[in-house]
Amino acid sequence: MNHLSRIIVCDGNEAAAWGVKLSRPDVIAVYPITPQSSLVETLAKFVAEGELDAEVMPLEGEHSVLSALQGACLAGARTYTATSGPGLAFMFEPYVRTPGLRLPMVASLVNRDMLSPQCVWGGQQDVMTVRDAGWIQIFCESAQEVLDTVIMAYRIAEHPAVMLPVNVNHDGNYLSYGVSRVEIPDQAAVDAFLGEKNVNWHVALDPERPMAVDPLTGGADAEGAARFVAYRQSLCRGMQTALAVISEVHADWARVFGREHAALVEEYRLDDAEIGLVTIGSMSGAAKDAADAARAEGVRVGVIRIKTYRPFPIAAVAAAASKVGALGVVDRAVSYGWNCGPVYQDVLAALYSAGLRMPVLSFIGGLAGADLTGAHFARAIAMTRAALREADATLPAPPSPIWLNADGEATR
Amino acid sequence: MSETLLAPAPVLTKPPPPRDGAFTMQDFKSDIKPIWCPGCGDYSVLTALAKALAELGRPREQVALISGIGCSSRLPAYTSVYGFHGVHGRALALATGVKLARPDLTVIAAGGDGDGLSIGGNHFLHACRRNVDMTYILMDNQVYGMTKGQASPTTAPDWCEGKLTPEGPGIAPVAPLRLALAAGVSFFARGFAGNPNELARLIVAGITHPGFAVIHVLSPCVTFRPEQRAWKQAVHPLEGAPATDLATAMARFAADDGFTTGIFYACAAPPFMPERKRTKQASDFAKRFLVEI
Ligand SMILES: Cc1ncc(C[n+]2csc(CCOP(=O)(O)OP(=O)(O)O)c2C)c(N)n1
Ligand code: SF4
Ligand SMILES: [Mg+2]
Repeated sequence: MNHLSRIIVCDGNEAAAWGVKLSRPDVIAVYPITPQSSLVETLAKFVAEGELDAEVMPLEGEHSVLSALQGACLAGARTYTATSGPGLAFMFEPYVRTPGLRLPMVASLVNRDMLSPQCVWGGQQDVMTVRDAGWIQIFCESAQEVLDTVIMAYRIAEHPAVMLPVNVNHDGNYLSYGVSRVEIPDQAAVDAFLGEKNVNWHVALDPERPMAVDPLTGGADAEGAARFVAYRQSLCRGMQTALAVISEVHADWARVFGREHAALVEEYRLDDAEIGLVTIGSMSGAAKDAADAARAEGVRVGVIRIKTYRPFPIAAVAAAASKVGALGVVDRAVSYGWNCGPVYQDVLAALYSAGLRMPVLSFIGGLAGADLTGAHFARAIAMTRAALREADATLPAPPSPIWLNADGEATR
Repeated sequence: MSETLLAPAPVLTKPPPPRDGAFTMQDFKSDIKPIWCPGCGDYSVLTALAKALAELGRPREQVALISGIGCSSRLPAYTSVYGFHGVHGRALALATGVKLARPDLTVIAAGGDGDGLSIGGNHFLHACRRNVDMTYILMDNQVYGMTKGQASPTTAPDWCEGKLTPEGPGIAPVAPLRLALAAGVSFFARGFAGNPNELARLIVAGITHPGFAVIHVLSPCVTFRPEQRAWKQAVHPLEGAPATDLATAMARFAADDGFTTGIFYACAAPPFMPERKRTKQASDFAKRFLVEI
């Protein structure tokens, strides 16, 4: 059954706004920032035109934005916001409390590289800096996937066994402003898919049981310590449960709307592959094209795209990786402390936990809006293949990364 | 040998101006061409600032200009003094730090109405009451120019062109003068970008004032608020000398239509730590560090 009501042509920001509109949030709080602004402006327009019944509150900064949404969510509202780079950084204090409060918010991160040096362009350093703050992190490849995933995110976040905030990530510039064909699902079908709104049953303003939320917990006495540990364990359990819930919700989406998106990890032409590229976000399209081109020349290469990054799908990544003999992991962010890409670190850990050993290279590219082209991926494929063939002395010793845009040449 | 550190953002520089002769406006401008829209009020703020510095005759290495983020906050790159383009909203906090470390410098903070009254609004209050000897150039265009035209805290409640507030912000705007007086400011002037000579005089007065001086500048955003071109007809000079007591200043505020230019208020209040005039030596810090360990 296909509940398709119409087809439009729009960019990733507008697609996200459509996903939000269809999810019927009650309170949206915002502070504008490049490249997020047009997303929240579209929502303001929907509200002004009477197409969405929600409060849109422009506030005086992102710290206030997320604080206001905590208040709204504690009062039982379905909430939404979006931000980028420095805006996420300024949000950090309420951001780290949201998972522990088990508030099922949905927020888009229109990914932007971090300062300094000053820059306003795409990159994933913003989200990677907060990757273990306890929010679920999902990364999209296309505008359609952005729209569909925003809606799914509400069902994932509000699942009674999850109750965690979700960031739906879409790359600044490439996805935020890249225009493509997008199908807008039918409102009634989305309503049915999301079910009855039950955002906050655990700490709502309930006249039957008024409560003050989040008293001082922990400390040196054994009882306090144990209670604090119990909260931490519960959050970890919620994260692990989310892996199954995310898969379930994606399966249900495919059943109802006829569009299948990978839930945790997408495997592309991997079955007979000897090497694989690991990608995340909008770069994956160029990586798949490069894999197709290499295959046309007899190189057996596939792509492993990380869709769900937190919780990290260790088993799914290991299962995909077990099909190949070497991996090239392409990151759009830097782990300064490890001198490699952050996804690279995660992949290494997943391989270890599955008892797998193989050559794995860390590639870093697409920083501060730099183009990641087919030629860059062709280079990554060639180097990964070389790593499979032999210990190539010209390759940097892992984890030292290969910087794809370092030569200053536009590689097209 | 260790690797060379890549210096932050390469902005600057031209040969130092002559030390004996008089300074000119050009001595305080950098070679970087501003990327403001043609007709933006910020061009004139740059001119007025350069004029003021030339008139004060302070060598460029004795002046620091600190901004936040916004079109207006691009100002430091276009001058030849020490400059830093800081975090959105934090110009005043950064400038305070510079002044504490180097009391001998003339410290100027600059930025927009969004930077200074929205995301950085709390710093404005505390800078007014702390009264550190520095000057704040608040470039007000009643809009977030850089993010393409959303309402700011100084936007009128019925302005419906902002895409985040298509029905108007619907809340009373902040009046910087009222806010500053309530927070205990010791100097407040308002200028207009369309009158750079007067603005330069106000900036000179602000820099000369011992304490925190606010120069509120009406600086039109011709792209997102084209109607602000009419500000030229709306501005009018304040009558009378600067008020030196709060009651008179409040009366001035009550009579103000937002377009009065001049020095509203200048009172003698002790600046923050006026007695500390000399920079600490690096060795002072080293000594204390050793003792504490
Ligand atoms: C923490 C953070 N949030 C949002 C932004 C996006 N942003 C950049 S400038 C700006 C507002 C600028 O307005 P204003 O200070 O009035 O300067 P103008 O451009 O009008 O001169 C915003 C919201 C940012 N850079 N950092
Ligand atoms: S957008 Fe407005 S404030 Fe920014 S440079 Fe253009 S005219 Fe000036
Ligand atoms: Mg402004």
